[in-house]
Amino acid sequence: MAEIVLQGVTKSFGKTEVIHRTDVTIGDGEFVVMVGPSGCGKSTILRMIAGLETTTDGEIRIGGRRVNEVEPKDRNIAMVFQNYALYPHMSVYDNMAYGLKIRKFTKDDIDKRVQRAAGILELGPYLRRKPRELSGGQRQRVAMGRAIVREPAAFLFDEPLSNLDAKLRVQMRLEIQKLHRELATTSVYVTHDQVEAMTLANRMLVINAGTVEQIGAPLEVYDDPASLFVAGFIGSPSMNFMPGRRAGDGVDVGEGLVVPLPPALRATAGEQVTVGVRPEHFVPGTGGEGPRFRLRVDTVEALGADSLLHAGFNGTLLVVRIEGHATPLAGSSLEASILPGKAYFFDTVTGKRLAG
Amino acid sequence: MEKRVVFRSAWLPYVLVAPQIAITVIFFFWPAAQAVYYSFLLQDAFGLKSQFVWFQNFVDLLRDTNYLSSFRTTAVFSFLVAASGIAISLLLATMANAVVRGALVYKTLLIWPYAVAPAIAGILWAFLFAPSIGIVTYYLKWIGLDWNWMMHSPQAMLLVVVASTWKQISYNFLFFLAGLQSIPKSLIEAAAIDGAGPFRRFWTIVFPLLSPTTFFLLVINIVYAFFDTFGVIDATTQGGPGNATEILVYKVYYDGVKAADLGGSSAQSVILMFIVISLTVVQFRFVERKVQY
Repeated sequence: MAEIVLQGVTKSFGKTEVIHRTDVTIGDGEFVVMVGPSGCGKSTILRMIAGLETTTDGEIRIGGRRVNEVEPKDRNIAMVFQNYALYPHMSVYDNMAYGLKIRKFTKDDIDKRVQRAAGILELGPYLRRKPRELSGGQRQRVAMGRAIVREPAAFLFDEPLSNLDAKLRVQMRLEIQKLHRELATTSVYVTHDQVEAMTLANRMLVINAGTVEQIGAPLEVYDDPASLFVAGFIGSPSMNFMPGRRAGDGVDVGEGLVVPLPPALRATAGEQVTVGVRPEHFVPGTGGEGPRFRLRVDTVEALGADSLLHAGFNGTLLVVRIEGHATPLAGSSLEASILPGKAYFFDTVTGKRLAG
Repeated sequence: MEKRVVFRSAWLPYVLVAPQIAITVIFFFWPAAQAVYYSFLLQDAFGLKSQFVWFQNFVDLLRDTNYLSSFRTTAVFSFLVAASGIAISLLLATMANAVVRGALVYKTLLIWPYAVAPAIAGILWAFLFAPSIGIVTYYLKWIGLDWNWMMHSPQAMLLVVVASTWKQISYNFLFFLAGLQSIPKSLIEAAAIDGAGPFRRFWTIVFPLLSPTTFFLLVINIVYAFFDTFGVIDATTQGGPGNATEILVYKVYYDGVKAADLGGSSAQSVILMFIVISLTVVQFRFVERKVQY
């Protein structure tokens, strides 16, 4: 168990800097998820922690020890790969025992650890099988078993659930949660799936183009996104954005509608302001506050528990979530307003959230 | 899913495969049948008449110490060619696989020798190692080695092994490189995190995963050493000195063409035929089943 600290870490390939100065402290026993679109650099950061990529600048410390120059095997970490990376010619047992044998554990000790991990992951009946004889979910569990048996200071997960189908993914997500509750090992988890990030993380890092845009607990990030990017990336379906112009004490978002700015933001707001509203924060009729949006319903996706309305406003489509079955027909018009305090204001130019 | 072309015409499919069948029959089946037929005949010294002798040619062969020693020579030769060919090309492929910059240049250069004809390869090495004018000979003499493969049988063997191996390395290299590139990088990384150093990673992960390739190449290389090295030997040692490099194929040629013993030579061909048939069976059986992980 250990704390992982990244201090001023950067990574360059040739002259291109792909990871910009990153400072993060991952607490002992914490489960941190790095989330971002593909190519944002989240895997690169994870691989730097693992020692599979060199660190261009800055310092990485695991358990208080600087590890920049330390080989992956001496960093006392274990990693779970997206394609599982199981050794295809070894049985499940040998896959899990491989690292222990190299580290010269005694036979009894190896057996004890492997059996225990197999017990936790319910792999007991499969220990003699080869990876190719297992299902995707079982392979994923073997990969985790291989990480568990070493009892490392930290687990690193690199998109471990991306190769599984939707149903298994939900199941494995719960198992990883349970596992972390039982073992309480420091974990860093990389994913592009914001649902995984929201459900697994103690804290999450939202990464965009090599920069950490926001660090915080999932709901904190959801309720209080720091930028246009974070607001758009976290939450499904994503937040509606209406680019507008400053008009007195409000923002003109088109069609003659002015969304009032909260008093605290009036001093700092610039000329170009984007108003963001989550689909679930629109209420039909007059339940909300501020201006009333007149929307033309274009498409309806009825999902059972709720419905998503794609409705035209000022030349773009806004998404509105309506609870229950009472959905308007496509082509009808709909009046909606915003729940009190749920309009977000961003500087269109810098992409940052306006702060008072 | 199986894709099948269905011809409406009854004769068109046969016409389309006819050229291939004709080539196979004329150049493979007919000579093979002839060899079997001749292996039962004994001809007189002038080739005027021949006599059916049943298995006498085979009995004679198995009593012939020269033939048995040729078997031994072939075994030694093909073991050396296959083993060194596989070992060297695996080493080269591993190194080429690790190279990032200029990888294509290395790969191209390493594949070139495959385009060289066996006789040319033989001549090339024969010149390099020529007792009087060879450049390598010059340096070997300079370090005090008495180099003359025309006199010393082990040196002659070494020469034909080197020339044959050199030619086959490119082929092996290609297969090993393809095999190495099909091993996911994350597997190597997982082993590195598990604590295995480069050497251990190679022997416990990479090499076992290459075993189907290695086995395939082993069979191919043995077949190559048995049959395709004729050009190398004919261009350099011609089986000498003495019978030191006379492998089975060369003996077939020598006994049949030079010594005009058509029956004996045919009997040897038939034996070789059985060897290559069994090697092929082994290959098909095992490549598909046994060496799987």
